[in-house]
Amino acid sequence: MTTSLTVDKDLALNLFRQMVLIRSFEDRLLQYFLQGMLPGTLHQYQGQEAVAVGVCSALRREDLIFSTHRPVGHAVAKGVSLKLIAAELWGKSTGCCGGKGGQMHLSDISVGMMPSNAIVGANIPIATGAALSFKLRGPDRVAVSFFGDGAANTGAFHEGLNLAAVKQAPVIFICENNLYAASTHISSSMRIEHIAERAKSYGMPGYTIDGMDAFAVYQAAQSAVDRARRGDGPTLIECKTYRYMGHSRGDPGGYRTREEVLAWGKKDPIKTLRERLISDYEQDDRDLDLIHQECQDIVQEAIDFAINSPEPDPTETYTHVFATLEGAIEHT
Amino acid sequence: MTMAEALRDGMRLAMRSDPSVFLIGEDIGIDGGFGGGFTVTLGLSGEFGHERVMDTPISEIAIIGAAVGAALAGARPVAEMQYGDFIFCAMDQVINQAAKMRYMSNGQVSVPMVVRLPVGATQRGAQHSQSSEAYFMHTPGLKVVCPSNPIDAKGLLMAAIRDDDPVIFLEHKLLYGGKGGRKEKTSLDPVEEVPEEEYQIPLGTVEIKRAGTDITILANMLMTHLALEAAEELSAREKIEAEVIDMRCLAPLDFETLVRSVKKTNRVLIVEEDNITGGWGAEVAARLSEAAFFYLDAPISRIAAPDTPAPCARKLEQVYLPSTQRIVQAAVDMVRLIP
Repeated sequence: MTTSLTVDKDLALNLFRQMVLIRSFEDRLLQYFLQGMLPGTLHQYQGQEAVAVGVCSALRREDLIFSTHRPVGHAVAKGVSLKLIAAELWGKSTGCCGGKGGQMHLSDISVGMMPSNAIVGANIPIATGAALSFKLRGPDRVAVSFFGDGAANTGAFHEGLNLAAVKQAPVIFICENNLYAASTHISSSMRIEHIAERAKSYGMPGYTIDGMDAFAVYQAAQSAVDRARRGDGPTLIECKTYRYMGHSRGDPGGYRTREEVLAWGKKDPIKTLRERLISDYEQDDRDLDLIHQECQDIVQEAIDFAINSPEPDPTETYTHVFATLEGAIEHT
Repeated sequence: MTMAEALRDGMRLAMRSDPSVFLIGEDIGIDGGFGGGFTVTLGLSGEFGHERVMDTPISEIAIIGAAVGAALAGARPVAEMQYGDFIFCAMDQVINQAAKMRYMSNGQVSVPMVVRLPVGATQRGAQHSQSSEAYFMHTPGLKVVCPSNPIDAKGLLMAAIRDDDPVIFLEHKLLYGGKGGRKEKTSLDPVEEVPEEEYQIPLGTVEIKRAGTDITILANMLMTHLALEAAEELSAREKIEAEVIDMRCLAPLDFETLVRSVKKTNRVLIVEEDNITGGWGAEVAARLSEAAFFYLDAPISRIAAPDTPAPCARKLEQVYLPSTQRIVQAAVDMVRLIP
């Protein structure tokens, strides 16, 4: 877990800007939520931003990502508009899924954000299938599955990784090991230190990297993406990271020590990248503060858009069950 | 053609005309193998290669999950479960994933996939016998197809492959027409002149297999054949003319045709191989009683498997399964009940 890796300045600034955007968005969403002004549930991404932006910066627009119940960071990093996300969270007709999806089911296929999945582990074989489709039909596109440490204990993980390896599917498995599956610490659910060790048993390369370092994530992802595009098959990348918030709304995280939370806070991906931008890339505080301010404005504009958007028409309950209305509900 | 040959022919033609169609399952394309559990895919890997007739590990979650993902990415996968019972290993992928993706995304994505399930009790015991259509019919977003004969099997399968929604396609093991060592001991194996060319039978249709005036018998798959046999016996022995409707698609359901028939015959007997509680017959009976109650001269009646797992021994399986004699008896009782 060294931090000797470097990237060019434009990319470094872009990684920083996107992480700040995600953090600002999530923090503001929490404020609205605590005031009772945001409906539904909330699974937040603060602390893990380097993973989403590092991976998605290595992808093309037409590559597909398959996210989880904690999808806001992934969606922003893949290029989904904050307005569409915010409106979806507020259950508005202008949301990326017209209000039918909600916080756990964000999608915008125009930028390769496939419907995010709230069944832990389920997107692993699905991403594998998308990759097999690319392989079958020729284009050098790749698919990415994001999942947490908890998903690494599902049958879908085992079956999906094994199939991907057997078929040499162009898919990248990104395990965001934030140490907790809801409230259960990883030491209670597996006897190995690094989830990436499991790659060996499927015959694919596996790497454990510092998931708090956006450069490290980007470079590991880029290497796995190149490998997949070359036709050399899948890679498992375990990103050691930490979620600052509870698992979901109403979880104050009482199962963690204050020392642990503070220790991870010192490795904060935004703070450390900011320091590097100043020391290694000759950025000054004022420029970086400006980025923060711009992100705050984008966030507020998105939330205002969401709040001021219309509710979905009640008849929308019945649409998009099937491709055509002929297949739809007959007796309502 | 037998039903296995008709299904194979449908897949072959669909694969020839559309390069995005591929097959995925266990033992479906192995050279020197048997072409899936019931020979349906035999020889297809020779024509299309192992990339498009994709053999997998014994990983039902991965088979269905990969089919969902491939469909989301624009392919048209046809997944086979070696036995229909094995789909329960992958129910999350069917119920939470395939069925809900279009809805959750507000129509941004389609999941054009087919899942083929060999079903029916054939003295293999409780885990290789179930008819599972009710589970899928219950789930919004899935289409459910269950043909009874080779012509329908080919036309419905071609339509299912070209459909933009996930289709659960049930095939009864006693109707395949396996040969030699692959023949089922108690099979019916219907053989029909199946058109060589491509054709589709629209999903969401039922078929009146025999017109009648005294009672409507609703049945699917193997039970359609029993119902037709019973109808001939009722006509010859009891002068009762039964209308037999093949419920070849359960979702979407052509309910209008059922209502028209009931308004004509005033009696409904439902025959299904599934367990009686919560079967497709229960839903159809409830809806018919809502829509045509004042046309009914007798309570709607059901013949189905009892609420037990499928037993293995032939003697016990005979108790479990509906029979032609039970259909005849039930129909006579219902018609003679007239006040």
